[in-house]
Formats: sequence, C-alpha cells, structure tokens
Amino acid sequence: MGHRIQFAAKKLLRMALLLLGVSLTAFLLMSASPLDPLQTNVGQAALGTMSQEQIARLEDYWGVNDPPLERYLGWLSSALRGDLGTSLLYRVPVVRVLGERMGSSLWLMAAAWVLSGLLGLTLGVLAGACRGRWPDRLIRGWCILISSTPAFWLALLLLMVFSVWMGIFPIGLSVPIGAEAAAVTLADRLRHAFLPALTLSITGVAGIALHTREKLCGVLESDYVLFARARGESAPSIVLRHGLRNVALPAITLQFASISELIGGSVLVEQVFSYPGLGQAAVTAGLGGDLPLLLGITVLTAALVFGGNLCADLLYGAVDPKIRRGAARR
Amino acid sequence: MRPILEVENLSISFLQYDRGARRRVLPAIRRLDLTLEAGQVAAVVGSSGSGKSLLAHGILGILPYNARMEGTLRYRGEPLTPQRAAALRGREIVLVPQSVGYLDPLMKVGPQVARDREKGRGVLGRYGLGPETGDLYPFELSGGMARRVLISTAVAASPALVVADEPTPGLDARAAGRILGHFRELAQGGAAVLLITHDLELALTIAHKVAVFYAGETVEEAPAADFARREDLRHPYTRALWDALPQHGFTPIPGTQPYPGAIPAGCPFAPRCPKRQADCGGAIPYQTVAGGRVRCLHPERGEGS
Repeated sequence: MGHRIQFAAKKLLRMALLLLGVSLTAFLLMSASPLDPLQTNVGQAALGTMSQEQIARLEDYWGVNDPPLERYLGWLSSALRGDLGTSLLYRVPVVRVLGERMGSSLWLMAAAWVLSGLLGLTLGVLAGACRGRWPDRLIRGWCILISSTPAFWLALLLLMVFSVWMGIFPIGLSVPIGAEAAAVTLADRLRHAFLPALTLSITGVAGIALHTREKLCGVLESDYVLFARARGESAPSIVLRHGLRNVALPAITLQFASISELIGGSVLVEQVFSYPGLGQAAVTAGLGGDLPLLLGITVLTAALVFGGNLCADLLYGAVDPKIRRGAARR
Repeated sequence: MRPILEVENLSISFLQYDRGARRRVLPAIRRLDLTLEAGQVAAVVGSSGSGKSLLAHGILGILPYNARMEGTLRYRGEPLTPQRAAALRGREIVLVPQSVGYLDPLMKVGPQVARDREKGRGVLGRYGLGPETGDLYPFELSGGMARRVLISTAVAASPALVVADEPTPGLDARAAGRILGHFRELAQGGAAVLLITHDLELALTIAHKVAVFYAGETVEEAPAADFARREDLRHPYTRALWDALPQHGFTPIPGTQPYPGAIPAGCPFAPRCPKRQADCGGAIPYQTVAGGRVRCLHPERGEGS
C-alpha cells in the first residue's frame, strides 16, 4: 500500500506545479489580451458620458492600471489561502460562481462521460469483433463522420430538429424561463440537460469507439488469441474472455483522458444551448475581462483533468497484474 | 496400422498486396509430405522459414485469412476439412505453443490450463507444478515453468495428436531434455506427437522418425536411427545438416535457404547442392528409398546400399 501512497503523493506534487503553471499562463494570456474590460463591460457610449473620476474608479475596479506581476501575486497569495477573489462581472465570490456553475455542468458532463464511455466501448468491441464486415464498416463510417463534425454544429442541428421543428425539448437554459427556483422539478432539469448531454455524448463516442476497435483488432491478432483458437475456443468466447480483458486497460486510460475533451466540448455546447454551466462562464469571463473568475475556472478544470488522469493511473495499478503484483513484491 | 495424420503434397500460399494494388500469391509451403502414427514422435526439422510452424497452423485450421491451403490432409484416414479441424482442435488435436506469449497476459495460469479448477490443478501437478502455480500470471513464470504450463494446457484435453511448435528454445540442455521427456511420455500413452524444431540433435533424442523441411518442401523422411550414420541418409541437405552438428565437425555449407517467392524451379536445394546435375531444374519425384522417402533425383543413398 505504501508504494501507492508515495505514487499518489508524487502525482499531487506535480499537480500543484501544473496548476501554478496553468494559472500563470492564463494570467499572461489575459494581460496580453487586446480587450479593454471598460469598453467591453461599460460600453463606449457610457464611457463618453462619464467624468474622469468615474472612469478612474472603474479602471481601479477592473485593475487596469495595476502592474501585472503585482496582480498575479496578489491573486496567488489569496488563492493559496483558499480565497479565489470576487468575480468582477457577477459581483459575488468566485467560489460561489464556480459552485453553482459546476453543479449544472457536472450533471451534463457526468451523463455524457458515462454514456459515451459505455456506448463507445460497446460499439468499438462490436466493430473490432466484426472487423472487415458490414457492422464494422457501418460503425467506423459513422464514427469518422461524427469526429469530423464540429460539436457546436451538431448542437445547432439537434437544437433545430428537436427543439425548433419538433418542439420536444426546450431551446436552451437549464430551467424553464420565468419559473421560480422552488418550482423547478428534477424532470425540468433533466429535460433541459438532455440535448447538451446528448451532443457531448455523441461527439465523445466516436473517439472511444475507434480507439477500442483498434485495440481489440490488435488483441485478436495476438499470439494468445491464436492459441485460444487452436484450443477450440469460439469467436464470441475469445472476444468475451480475452478481448474484453485486454481492452479494459487502454479503455480506462481513454475514458479518463476523455475528460479534457469533454470540458473543451462543453464550452462550445453550453454556449449554443445557453446552458449556464462552467463552459459558458469561461466564455463570459474571458470575453469580459473577469480575471478572478477566469483564473478560478482554469484552475478548477485543470484540476479536474489532472484528477481524471490520476484516477486512471491509480486504477491501472489496481487492474494490471504486472503493476499490482510487481509493486506488491517490492 | 492406419496413421493418425497423413500429409500429402500440401501447399500453403499467401495472397499479398505489394506495391499498391498488385496482388501476388506467395507460396510459403509447396510440397510437404509426412505421415505420423499413434505412439510415434515425428520430428519436423528445418531452419527458420522452412514452413514448420505453418504446417502446425494448417493442421489446426488456424491459418490467417489470406492463406490458401491445398493438397491432402488426413486425420485417422478421413480428410481433415476446416470444419473437422475446428471440431477437433483443443480436444483431439492440440497445440503446444512456442512461448509464454501464447498465454493471455492478463489471465491467471490456472483457468488457462483448464476451465475446471480441480482438473487444472491435477494437470499442473503431473508436471511438478504446485497448486499455487495456477494463481500466477504468465509474466510470473520462469522459462522452464512456462514450458511445463504450456504442455499442461495440451494434456488437459486427452489428445490423440500433439503438435509441439518449438517447445524447447531458451532452455539449457538438461531442462530441454526433461521437457522432451514429457512428450515421449505422451507418445508412450498412445498419442502421436509432431515435434517441430530446428534443433536436430535434441529432436533425435526422442523422435522415432524425422522429416526434414527445406524451403517449404519435405526433402526427406527417415527413421531416426538413420541419423546414426551419415551413409544412411538420403538427401544431400540432410547430410549437410548432419555435418553441421557439433559432434560431426560443425561444418557449414555456403549459401542460404531461398525466400518464398524466390525459389528456383525444380529442386530448391540445387543451387547449394554439391551433387547438383543438369536435370535438377526439372520435376523432382518423391521416392521411397531404403525405408525412408526422399525428394531427390540423385539420392546419396541408393536402393541397394
């Protein structure tokens, strides 16, 4: 057990360094941005009617005149104490914005993650087991079509078909418009999350299915599958007994690595569906010059992605007998 | 007695794509002949690329999809069709593979030897492997253990024909001898054993007969006893193999075995043969000479000698 704790500790240290680097990069990019937060958020016309003192106070608020290094160090020192600052746009603590946004995004991403993982694995195994025949061609063709389709375009398409033409699903947001918070039911939330989650799942399936197929094809051409055939095992038995077992390890890596793609995809998809999640907040914060919020989101999503990879690494140790037995013997 | 296995004029070729869409047929095995009886160990010797492993895969019906097999393959007197091979493999016809790479790396050894736990333990025990071996993964086996595990996979069925594909590489002489001893036991138990190897010396320690492969052809089938004296061997290539044994002076002959697709017409050994004559480029009959068979127009050992 000790070696695994040591392993995790090393990984966590690396994660701290990574988060530091990510936040610094995001900050530098933000400082280099040509967007003037005053013009974006107050507007040219409004700025024209303001007195110099008002403008100076606004510049102070948006931190335009502070030296970048000082701003970053200031953010960093309070972030280390657990205070991510106050969102300049929403005027509430960043942690609260993150919490709310995370709540709605988490549903979306979790559903898409599980769905695309299960569906992708199933389709990939099916295609690999039937390689060269029509189910394989069909699945591969569909996956290639889907991976070459931009997520936002697919989102628009689904929105048009299911919400505008058929009217089955709402056209956006996470709750019905004008409803009281207390009156919103779980069914309402699910109905609003369905199309965004579907979009994310569909785009996620393609990569997982294609990778799984490749891996299974490799397994089916291996010597141990040849030997299994020589011992009279049937093709379905080979796929179930040896195929799934040997595809499981790369599938774990793939599944956890897909978290980063999911977060990237959610930014676009949430934008199209006006779904008030983390992705949409990232766009708003980036375009509006809301530095504390953007840094908060960046750090949080980087931590999520890193956490996913860490999970995959730790699971590997539990699943792969070479790592498990090898480490236990040391 | 009716032979367990008869291979007559067997050929295996591959359909290949080379340079774009041009297809070509690559003959890997061209004229293989072999007969094997119950209780007998027949060694198939030949250097790498002579078609030894392909013969094994052909018998078991597990050739790759782009391979084509022609000629006659009979098991217990009946043609061994792909359907029949599929029904028999793993039951009556078993393969003992080359290396531990033929075991699923993520599955414990026990369930791979036999699905039935008790039976698996029994079989492992027969080869001196304790019940704890069943709980090991293939990567945890030592070289000698791995060989014994691979043999036990074969014995878990009750085979009539055991095809052993290079069962001894990487073992020292004593360990290899022990492993071969297990094959001899199987033959004494009534099974026919086809021992595929490139190690003539080792094969002679247990084999009853030896088939020598060269460039996808059987050049000679001889009783193992004939290998005691150079004069009893029929084919020039067999004599060359004999000369190359350490105890006979380690004498090599120049040249290399031709690759499939670049094999000369007539006798494939002719370019390297010291006894080559003008007619060696024509048809070569497979003839019976002094209790063995040889594919040579001018065998070293005549009918009378």
